[in-house]
Amino acid sequence: MAGSTLHDGLTPLNEPSVQKSDDAHGYYTLGEKVVDEAAPTGPIADRWTTRKFENRLVNPANRRKLDVIIVGTGLAGGAAAATLGEAGYNVKSFCYQDSPRRAHSIAAQGGINAAKNYKEDGDSTFRLFYDTVKGGDYRSRESNVYRLAEVSANIIDQCVAQGVPFARDYGGLLDNRSFGGVQVSRTFYARGQTGQQLLIGAYQAMERQVAAGTVESFTRHEMLELIVVDDGAGPRARGIIARDMVTGEIETHLADVVVLATGGYGNVFFLSTNAMGSNVTAAWRAHRKGAYMANPCYTQIHPTCIPVSGDHQSKLTLMSESLRNDGRIWVPKKKEDCDKDPRDIPEEDRDYYLERIYPSFGNLVPRDIASRQAKNMCDEGRGVGPLVGDFRRGVYLDLGDAIKRLGKDAIEEKYDNLLDMYERITGENPYEMPMRIYPAVHYVMGGLWVDYHLQSNIPGLFVSGEANFSDHGANRLGASALMQGLADGYFVLPNTIREYLADGPFEKIDESHPAVLEAKQNVEERITRFLSINGTRSADSYHKELGNIMWEYCGMERTEEGLRKAIDLIRELKADFWSNLKVLGSADTLNQSLEKAGRVADFIELGELMCIDALNRRESCGGHFRGESQTEDGEALRHDDEFAYVAAWEWGGDSLEGGQPVLHKEDLIYTAIEMKQRSYK
Amino acid sequence: MNLTLKIWRQNGPDDKGGIHTYQVSGISQDMSFLEMLDVLNEQLNEKGEEPVAFDSDCREGICGMCSLMINGEAHGPEVTTTCQLHMRSFNDGDTITVEPWRAEPFPVIKDLVVDRSAFDRIIQSGGFISANTGSAPEANSVPAPRDKAMRAFNVATCIGCGACVAACPNGSASLFLGAKITHLGELPQGQPERWTRVVDMVGQHDHEGFGGCTNIGECAAACPKEIPLDVISQLNKDLRTALKNGH
Repeated sequence: MAGSTLHDGLTPLNEPSVQKSDDAHGYYTLGEKVVDEAAPTGPIADRWTTRKFENRLVNPANRRKLDVIIVGTGLAGGAAAATLGEAGYNVKSFCYQDSPRRAHSIAAQGGINAAKNYKEDGDSTFRLFYDTVKGGDYRSRESNVYRLAEVSANIIDQCVAQGVPFARDYGGLLDNRSFGGVQVSRTFYARGQTGQQLLIGAYQAMERQVAAGTVESFTRHEMLELIVVDDGAGPRARGIIARDMVTGEIETHLADVVVLATGGYGNVFFLSTNAMGSNVTAAWRAHRKGAYMANPCYTQIHPTCIPVSGDHQSKLTLMSESLRNDGRIWVPKKKEDCDKDPRDIPEEDRDYYLERIYPSFGNLVPRDIASRQAKNMCDEGRGVGPLVGDFRRGVYLDLGDAIKRLGKDAIEEKYDNLLDMYERITGENPYEMPMRIYPAVHYVMGGLWVDYHLQSNIPGLFVSGEANFSDHGANRLGASALMQGLADGYFVLPNTIREYLADGPFEKIDESHPAVLEAKQNVEERITRFLSINGTRSADSYHKELGNIMWEYCGMERTEEGLRKAIDLIRELKADFWSNLKVLGSADTLNQSLEKAGRVADFIELGELMCIDALNRRESCGGHFRGESQTEDGEALRHDDEFAYVAAWEWGGDSLEGGQPVLHKEDLIYTAIEMKQRSYK
Repeated sequence: MNLTLKIWRQNGPDDKGGIHTYQVSGISQDMSFLEMLDVLNEQLNEKGEEPVAFDSDCREGICGMCSLMINGEAHGPEVTTTCQLHMRSFNDGDTITVEPWRAEPFPVIKDLVVDRSAFDRIIQSGGFISANTGSAPEANSVPAPRDKAMRAFNVATCIGCGACVAACPNGSASLFLGAKITHLGELPQGQPERWTRVVDMVGQHDHEGFGGCTNIGECAAACPKEIPLDVISQLNKDLRTALKNGH
């Protein structure tokens, strides 16, 4: 196909891949290729403008007759609820927390990218597009990423108008910083709390619509099933079954369209930087109803987090990776030094391993390399900090040299908040002792498959933010998660959902429809089952065990052997879960153990699929590192000829009953950017 | 360390509730307070007793979901959220009393979990700037003086946890209210609605049953984000100006 032209006159720069190597054969069946029917054509810079014009409008008078369900109130969900409410649709918003303002977007620290070029440093929409595609290791769709870069500037305008207090310079204009290794300053920020400020902006805009009567907010509600109805014209998403987490009531909510903005599933690893409640249940329930799950194995592991301190640990906390600008990373050369006070280890007995292995990049190597090497050092038995199981899982990040060079005040000014947080969690003073860090899961690039309109393969089911797979390929750049969430919520979804709703309102259905009754009955039966197993183990203990399996075999480095073992272990765990789970209390009150059981059940099934996806993809790309596919220097080695595709998985039944997922491939064809091997030399 | 926990248990909104005493052992000083409660809950689950319900989500001090009166203090003895309070702030053998937020507008749902939806309704009454998506001017077209933008940011860090209310003898939410009035009132974009905002939000605050401010200052002392007491002065000043001008 390279050299020929596509039907819109553009020349493809690569040929569709043909897969030859496949470790996962036997775990899945191969289905038809999946095609993005909504994909735009024409020059890349015009595609979104053209599409917005082509998409049909909905008369303002008709909008209030159209019901929209939005699950999740983070940046993607909150922004969509506000915007669709303002447009006059009848919106129902759901979140599991006690207020929409708690969604985990709130924890993002660093900033939000936008191609404003306020620094006149050569930034542009195309450069942001290029950086994002390259950063994603050429595993994302060009059209989607270009649109993301294009609307990025509008996001900043919108947030400022809402009163988001971004950092400003002395003239009162907006300030920028550079981030994540790119060469321009395009990141807007509000100290280390950018996510909080953006989320509060979206939350306030949404609450304004609650007051205006266009949005109805259901807090402490958890979606437990998707309702899919075939009205003769094929299946459509028509609502959800949700549990009121206070009363336990199982509620039916019907609508013309359903949006999932339910975030990522990093908690499949048990320990991650996600919130305790972050879960995959809404997305997984949709997957089991037919929605494809795309690239589930793409996980981002952040190199600078506070290490695990013991078996009791419930979550991990990120330390901004900007610390690597001034900190030197090392471990003791000798294993016997690992439990010594680091200040007593002389210079010649320290191994500054990143500086040693990567003399040109040193401590500033990309995230995935920094993470993997930290793991290697600890696997060799040279980790530091408390023993967790048989290993010490930590490396030193030492600000000592920087303090000597720049003075304590300068370091305090730069990193004060972070160092305070570090001291609070570890009880160690980072000005006196080297900090201990270790990599942790904090974002997933995979998610439900969507087309250019953010619509899944189930008509009427749209997916936005981290919950979809669309924009980051195999690796996300820093300060791009906030950008994508708000792009989807404020600007993309409102312009694509109207094309779908222009055909509505759809046939009226009520709670007695057989598909609705079946969905509700499934939920009730599942809850009854959780409460009646009456075994000996808590859901939390299964979650921890799953997390250990995933981290060990589907974490920073994956191999064929490890992944096969992981799949076996997960299947054993699943069988045990359903026969030995113990959930106390009843279904008709607040019951946090019951909530947890449902989430863990879905995480177990997801974990199995992640391992199958990772096993199938016999290449390394972005956050997915296969031990069998690396260069002589230990760098990730892609195989574009075989794997330049999106792996979209269809639910094929429970593996304990012989079910197998079905793989549908979507070819990735580039016309604007040529695929290259990333290089850090 | 070994601890005695005296914990408020209440089966539902209508249950009378009471203090129950539990022993926990093997607690490490590196655990967060909530991880210590996780240990208790795992222990209760094994014994067949229903775990203690409490709220938490991000566990890194930013979402505002966690709460708890610990030995009578909102979020416990340190200036931080309960999720960031660590057991090294306690001693082996301590007895620790754990109760839910106490305030009439925050009714108990179960055990240590309370309903803070009154805060959402206060925001609905005016805690926003009306700027529909798509209608925003170019971001740099309106400069905002840096000192005012910094003050707006500093008070916008409020996490809406409700510690100010729980700490206040009057059950007032004036600190929460003042933080939002100051955040939006310091920015040029917040000016068009400034006077109606303060009148509407104070009205909703009173309607929810929060008490009045009598300048005690417990709220600012308990605030994990160190929102300063002067936001209440700002609140009163804005309210006075608004009323004087007939809003």
